[in-house]
Amino acid sequence: MRYAMAIDTKKCVGCSDCVVACQTENNVPIGYCRDWIVEVVDGTYPQLELEIRSERCNHCDNSPCVRCCPTGASHVEEGGFVLVTHNKCIGCGACIASCPYDARYPHPDGYVDKCTFCMHRVTKGQLPACVATCPTKCMYFGDLDDPNSPVSLVLKNRKHKTLIPEAGTKPQLYYLI
Amino acid sequence: MATRRQFLKTSALGLGGISIGLSAFKYVSDFTGLQQNAADLTVNLTRTPTYCEICFWKCAGWVYKKEDGSIWKITGNEEDQHSNGRFCPRGTGGVGMYTDKDRLKTPLIRTGERGKHEFREASWEEALDMVADNMKKLSSQYGPECVALLNHGSGGKYFSDLLKAFGSTNIAAPSYAQCRGPREVAFVNTFGELIESPERTDIRDSKCLVLIGSHIGENMHNGQVQEVSDAIDKGVSIITVDPRFSVVASKSKFWLPIKPATDLALLLSWIHVLINEGWYDKDYVEKNTYGLDLLKEHVKTMTPEWAYGITTIKPDVIRETAKEMFNASPAVIIHPGRHVTWYGDDTQRLRAVAILNALLGSWGRRGGFYNPAVASVPNYPHPPFPTPSRTWRDAFPGQFNLADETLASGLCDATIPAPTRSCSFKAWLVSGTNLINTLPDQAKTLEAIKSLEFIAVIDTMPMEITSWADVILPECTYLERYDTLRVSPHRKPAIALRMPAMEPKDNTKSAYWIAREIASRLGLLEYFPFEKLEDYLDWQLKQIGSSLEEMQKIGVKTFEREQDDMYFQPGEQHEFFTPTGKIELYSTSFAEEGFDPMPVYTPHPEPPEGYYRLNYGRAPMHTFSRTSNNPNLNDLMDENALWINPKVAKDWGLKKDQRIWLQNQDGKISNFSIKVRVTERIRWDSVYMVHGFGHATKQLSRTYGKGISDTEMITNVMTDPIMGGTGMRGNFVTFLTEKPEEVAS
Amino acid sequence: MREELITSGRMNPLVDPQLHIWSWEIPFYLFLGGLAAGILFFAGYYVIMGKEKEYPAAIEKTPLIVPFLLLLGLGSLFLDLNHKLFFWRLYTSIRLQSPMSWGAWVLMVITPVSFIWAAIHIKKTFPKLKWPYAWMDELEKFFTSYKKVIAWIMVIYSLILGIYTGILFSAFNARPLWNTSILGPLFLTSGLSTGAALNIITAKSEYERHKFTRIDLMLIGIELFLIIHIFMGFLASTQVQIDAARLFLGGPYTAPFWILVVFFGMILPGLLEILELRNIKIPVLIPATLVLVGGLLFRFIWTFAGESSRWLY
Ligand SMILES: Nc1nc2c(c(=O)[nH]1)N[C@H]1C(S)=C(S)[C@@H](COP(=O)(O)OP(=O)(O)OC[C@H]3O[C@@H](n4cnc5c(=O)[nH]c(N)nc54)[C@H](O)[C@@H]3O)O[C@H]1N2
Ligand SMILES: Nc1nc2c(c(=O)[nH]1)N[C@H]1C(S)=C(S)[C@@H](COP(=O)(O)OP(=O)(O)OC[C@H]3O[C@@H](n4cnc5c(=O)[nH]c(N)nc54)[C@H](O)[C@@H]3O)O[C@H]1N2
Ligand code: SF4
Ligand code: SF4
Ligand code: SF4
Ligand code: SF4
Ligand code: SF4
Ligand SMILES: [Mo]
Repeated sequence: MRYAMAIDTKKCVGCSDCVVACQTENNVPIGYCRDWIVEVVDGTYPQLELEIRSERCNHCDNSPCVRCCPTGASHVEEGGFVLVTHNKCIGCGACIASCPYDARYPHPDGYVDKCTFCMHRVTKGQLPACVATCPTKCMYFGDLDDPNSPVSLVLKNRKHKTLIPEAGTKPQLYYLI
Repeated sequence: MATRRQFLKTSALGLGGISIGLSAFKYVSDFTGLQQNAADLTVNLTRTPTYCEICFWKCAGWVYKKEDGSIWKITGNEEDQHSNGRFCPRGTGGVGMYTDKDRLKTPLIRTGERGKHEFREASWEEALDMVADNMKKLSSQYGPECVALLNHGSGGKYFSDLLKAFGSTNIAAPSYAQCRGPREVAFVNTFGELIESPERTDIRDSKCLVLIGSHIGENMHNGQVQEVSDAIDKGVSIITVDPRFSVVASKSKFWLPIKPATDLALLLSWIHVLINEGWYDKDYVEKNTYGLDLLKEHVKTMTPEWAYGITTIKPDVIRETAKEMFNASPAVIIHPGRHVTWYGDDTQRLRAVAILNALLGSWGRRGGFYNPAVASVPNYPHPPFPTPSRTWRDAFPGQFNLADETLASGLCDATIPAPTRSCSFKAWLVSGTNLINTLPDQAKTLEAIKSLEFIAVIDTMPMEITSWADVILPECTYLERYDTLRVSPHRKPAIALRMPAMEPKDNTKSAYWIAREIASRLGLLEYFPFEKLEDYLDWQLKQIGSSLEEMQKIGVKTFEREQDDMYFQPGEQHEFFTPTGKIELYSTSFAEEGFDPMPVYTPHPEPPEGYYRLNYGRAPMHTFSRTSNNPNLNDLMDENALWINPKVAKDWGLKKDQRIWLQNQDGKISNFSIKVRVTERIRWDSVYMVHGFGHATKQLSRTYGKGISDTEMITNVMTDPIMGGTGMRGNFVTFLTEKPEEVAS
Repeated sequence: MREELITSGRMNPLVDPQLHIWSWEIPFYLFLGGLAAGILFFAGYYVIMGKEKEYPAAIEKTPLIVPFLLLLGLGSLFLDLNHKLFFWRLYTSIRLQSPMSWGAWVLMVITPVSFIWAAIHIKKTFPKLKWPYAWMDELEKFFTSYKKVIAWIMVIYSLILGIYTGILFSAFNARPLWNTSILGPLFLTSGLSTGAALNIITAKSEYERHKFTRIDLMLIGIELFLIIHIFMGFLASTQVQIDAARLFLGGPYTAPFWILVVFFGMILPGLLEILELRNIKIPVLIPATLVLVGGLLFRFIWTFAGESSRWLY
């Protein structure tokens, strides 16, 4: 089993519903977030391009954040979820420094927090909260090992990219382009 | 490293930085005990149905609570056609409406000057007595018609009933003359029917979607955004006409970066091309429309070349896009837009939109405009309302006869005493509308308010409008109350229930309770036969074979259509509700009222040297001025920025994030400053900002003084002669880089 | 024009607009670790070489402060932790891929060793000192008899500790400025240099002082060589590393680094040391202090600059 997410930049409107939904679903305190929106504008009026990406932890296959964690708080669960066990985390910040995507943040309660791929929902057969609420339905989630999962199908049919593949982390968040 | 994190922390390490940044010392005390994993959160949930009040799309959803009884999250109801189980960011962030610490907490009575926000706390008894006493007093002096209600949102029903029972029909919402009025008048005078809300556009099955300034995706009307996305999956080709590179422009096959205020010329040239090339639905047009020959003659000279000179859109692009529409017809939508009060000739522009749709045969066709259905829910019988002897129309003899709703701006105008009128409005009840930031020309709104003898405001938050109230009646939020059933037109008839998830916070009450208490003081209880709204709802629901108990469990109930009439049947001879019984390409009503029966382009003023057209719109995470203090949504965007083209920024030497002030063509200077956003997404002749910021009410702790209010800068109002819409996009601003001297407000 | 915008609830200055997760605690901890490593290395080394007579300051005197340095270092590491209650979790697992983990374990070994070393030598400096209990005298005798073994442990672990202070950073692929294998040797050299500098201060005999002056001079030479090497490596590498190097070559850290660290922390004390060896009287405190302060600033600047260097995407 290998869970992954694909996000269609051709449909995402950058509304940030995924950010709010994550904050409420996962009790992320105000002022913090596990996912965020990046908008890149290129060109000169009126020859313009706009790419909008909803970003979060890439649940990397080769995750430096897990490797550098001194306590084992950062770990990989069955299915590829990269998680932090709060009561094992000492808040040393090594994993924050190790993530090329800046996907982690220090929770005000001391531990380090990040996107969990909503494992608590996924293991119950639900979609991650951000995926379930996205009004443009531009996010696909599922098991890459299952060729018929929404994410496998969409990756088979559409051109896609990952962010900074050259960092060698093998990210599992795909952007359809 | 031109990135968002370019900002480097050099301050702690300048040359004198040997004082080793001890200020950076951080110590986070942590004795809060073990932290749970998010995985353990989901136990013992309770959920209650609601429909969202953060905008007027009214999505139905669920409010989930945590074990400790606080609100956890709000999500969409899968059964609901408005939301399809997904809320937009504002609806998802609705929990902040409940938690906001700055909410109104108890009735307040004015102690200082109007507008100063000086109040004392009062009991409900005292506040309600004050409202009823004033209504009685003013009614005996001037007649009940001198009381007006300005309202937006679900409390409208109760206050409308109250006012009608009292003897006044002067009831207006800003969603007409400041919003969709022109399109309703244009479409009703073309097809004999209104567009209404949610729009009857069949976007999900459309093959070509033409957006004239509708910035869907920023305009976050939920179901509509969802359908555009579905249509993209199915390969719709989108044509976006917008001077600004909107989000949807970036997703369009064609983006036409039109010169502002010239859309009508483009639309007319499209009509010209369709007719001249024969690119229209000939059977449909012949069978259903009136005035094709007149129209053909009318647009004869309005060639793409003619339009090019006006709009800067190249003739071949105009032809190519016209062909694109024809190829898709009848599954094509020239979208009627929603906030369409732009330049004062808006009804005529929307007439051109309606005519295009008629030529392409999209009205009544799949992928075009469907025929919506509404559930019929009976009202409990009450005595008939008295007939008033005067209405707002008396203030505008011979004007705006085609307006089919009351003008909020009209009520405002008719409040300012005029020698031509025997009696102006003397009292306002205002509920759920922040008129100061909603009506253009603030000076006029304030003049009207100052000439009132009494003004009561029902609101949830301390807003600009509440500062001007004589008495403030604090309503609880939509998460803490029952409201009338949502009965909106859609593909299938449906109803939705809103019920309280939480007890009303502090000393707040629901609009129903407030309206009924006032009615009781005015001796009008026979119009409010149920003490509790839930009993009324239960009665209503039982009439249609449901019950309150059932609706509390399901939230939304969808019915089948009685007839298979969502689209015209092949061969059907449709009767349109127009004077000719046909789709009127030539409007007989307009002709009768002395307006151009077919749209005519007239040029609009351009910005003078050194000035830029003030353009404004929506941000997906905010609704007007109502959400800017919402803690969850403020977190995503806490002020608006002024979009400026890089060339203009260079001319003025303006840098990203620099704070500037604005001054408009009438010398009006902004109260606050705004951050510069240098972006290619805006033309060099305009600037752009999101509506709803620049709050002047200190009680809004998060949002006070953040950004500029576009309304403040809109002093030139171009009134639509046909229906009284307030065109707001003819204002020009220039930049002040130094803080201007304090100006007396 | 290219424009990049971020919308998020994360108004957290620790992460956005730049990662600033570590402030003074970590660089201070690394400096103290390097200094302790330097001191212990020289002490152990000269005992193994059987040169106890020649280097009394390096073997007996300077190491007395190491327990305090290490405790101070651990203290600042502790202060850096955001979830302090769970500090003990560091010692319930050994994670070889995590420099943080093996750093913590190395300290776990070397701290008690430094206490023992100080204990068996303290009477040389404070002859009047008496242990309160007899068993402590026994223990002192026991450890003294294994002094060579302890010296070996010290040499090995101090080298690991010294390298660790650099590897902690170089393991972070995500921060291009840190991600260079030269950082381990460089921080080790810098640590040894600060250790030697302290020995210059504590040394009584001219022989010992001059010995450490020569050593320090050599170490400074190696440091300068490694620094040039690092920048050449960056400039010959990918765009992100070129950008990282630019932080020091025209970027905001140029002046602090080249003036404070390289000139005042290496070149100037190096020149003064040369003069000293040529028997021109310079108060030894000056070059040695410059080296110590330079070493401290070096860690601060490298930490902060590294945090602002990142991948582009
Ligand atoms: N300059 C400018 N003016 C505009 C527009 C624009 O874009 N720019 N847009 C126009 C359009 S399209 C429209 S539809 C109108 C919208 O105009 P309004 O509906 O007036 O917009 P808001 O600013 O959101 O004001 C809503 C008020 O209702 C209060 N409120 C929110 N929830 C409740 C509730 O549950 N109960 C009660 N009693 N009060 C509540 C809020 O606190 C706030 O004071 O504005 C129009 N005016
Ligand atoms: N997130 C969010 N969504 C909302 C609302 C909200 O408050 N927040 N409000 C809702 C309501 S009530 C309404 S009425 C709608 C309004 O939503 P729309 O009807 O989509 O709004 P407009 O204000 O007409 O559109 C603004 C766009 O018009 C463009 N524009 C400006 N001048 C011109 C011009 O001369 N020609 C053309 N072609 N385009 C021009 C602007 O660049 C901008 O992109 O949004 C609804 N949806
Ligand atoms: S909710 Fe969907 S459309 Fe909105 S920003 Fe997130 S991914 Fe994009
Ligand atoms: S994105 Fe960052 S936090 Fe997530 S797995 Fe990859 S390296 Fe770790
Ligand atoms: S902050 Fe927590 S999760 Fe991250 S590396 Fe340190 S202990 Fe591991
Ligand atoms: S998957 Fe879950 S935790 Fe991750 S961003 Fe989406 S909602 Fe947040
Ligand atoms: S569109 Fe958004 S704000 Fe409007 S009713 Fe629906 S969920 Fe609420
Ligand atoms: Mo509107």
